[in-house]
Amino acid sequence: MKIHSESFSSGRLERVLRDGHFAVTAEISPPDSADPADVYERAALFDGYVDALNATDGSGANCHMSSVGMCALLTRRGYSMVMQVSCRDRNRIAIQGDVLGASAMGVSNILCLTGDCVESGDHPEAKPVFDLDSLSTLTMLRGMRDDEQFLSGRKITSPPRIFLGAAVNPFAPPLDYRPLRLAKKIAAGAQFVQTQYCFDIELFKEYMRAVREAGSHEKVFFLAGVGPLKSARSAEWIRSNVPGVHIPNDIIRRLKSADDQEQEGIRICIDMISMLREIEGVHGVHVMAFRQEQRVAEIVECSGVLGDRVPENASTVLNCVDKTSKVIGAANTPEKKL
Amino acid sequence: MYPMRSWSVRNARWLSVIYQGIEVVLKMAHPLMKRVGYERLDKPFVKVEKVTKGFLFDSQSCGQCIMSFTGLSCPMNCPKSIRNGPCGGVRANGMCEVNADMTCVWVLAWEGNKRMHKGEYPIQVVQPPVDDRLRGSSAWLRDIRQKVAQQGPTASGSFENS
Repeated sequence: MKIHSESFSSGRLERVLRDGHFAVTAEISPPDSADPADVYERAALFDGYVDALNATDGSGANCHMSSVGMCALLTRRGYSMVMQVSCRDRNRIAIQGDVLGASAMGVSNILCLTGDCVESGDHPEAKPVFDLDSLSTLTMLRGMRDDEQFLSGRKITSPPRIFLGAAVNPFAPPLDYRPLRLAKKIAAGAQFVQTQYCFDIELFKEYMRAVREAGSHEKVFFLAGVGPLKSARSAEWIRSNVPGVHIPNDIIRRLKSADDQEQEGIRICIDMISMLREIEGVHGVHVMAFRQEQRVAEIVECSGVLGDRVPENASTVLNCVDKTSKVIGAANTPEKKL
Repeated sequence: MYPMRSWSVRNARWLSVIYQGIEVVLKMAHPLMKRVGYERLDKPFVKVEKVTKGFLFDSQSCGQCIMSFTGLSCPMNCPKSIRNGPCGGVRANGMCEVNADMTCVWVLAWEGNKRMHKGEYPIQVVQPPVDDRLRGSSAWLRDIRQKVAQQGPTASGSFENS
């Protein structure tokens, strides 16, 4: 299926989705470190298994290396990045500036989030910004790309070529509003969405039925969120402490009754991917394997969703970066003459 | 908790009818208010709005009211001041992710939308970000002036702002 005939970015994620492939994205957690080697090491775990990596932006309102920093390092190595932008820490001036910078570095995908409140993180005393929310950010960035202007109306000489994304949670109340909320995000500019963890397949199927009835599945690329649970205990902890994560009792029971709970968590994740893949309107999965990143390759491999496809390695994409640097080089030439 | 806020959303239908009445009166008073000067009227109006909207909706006086779109639930009470909610963190019982004693502002907004409009969804209008300069100014006067400029003083407008 193709959504919109033209491409908005030169990124791999958009291309893969428009070509009708089942896409795989994964979350890379940024280090609490200033050493680039830590970033490269983490990214290498996903080589050959994902179409794009999500660089989180202070997820859970905890301080880590910034998504801009992660993207700066990883685009240089040819990785296809989804830069997450949260409205918690920056106002409209900072976000627009960051997106221009990110696009210049070769970031093709931006995921707009409102972000967790500061209270849930490690700096609860910080001032929450929330100048915008996820939808007004989407609209603003679409304006930068399509109307070639800042929110103020000032012209942008070379607009960012970005594929715009949003997050959705089909499992949080008010459940009957959630499909409409997706439609609203599409109206605001979302071209792809990534969901919160899907553990309740029945509830998800019901949601997708409503999404299809509204015709939203033909207007947006839908990546369902999945991830391995480490144990029944950790699942229970996540359920009661991480906002917006819904884990049904069946899943916890299945984990409890397993001899090797960690392995069972991986199996549940793989089963979930197989079930999600069968649902009309699901175009891919987004793997969030917090502290189990080393198992993502295995999960993707066992689920078989990639088929014969091997998401190209950094080296192939590097050609694009080379082209860009040549352009920069060309722009610099007249200066040298002077 | 927050009983008045929930009451207002439950009674959103007729509260919005009352505001429509206020709007008609204010529109008729436009020539007079224009002569007195809107700037001079701003302070007394803000006082009235703070008392009434503060009491009924816990209004935060952002000066650019969108409660007619949000089922008479003030979005500025959301800890993330989301103008286009709800976020994905709403608890299973409909309470706010940040403040467990408070029903999510947007859960109320959805309820209010359903009460105020049958089969219509003003909640779906994508709201622009807040203009920080307008905080603490009169939303009513701004609304009236905009409507008079758009429709003329006699046209009966729809319930756009409260």
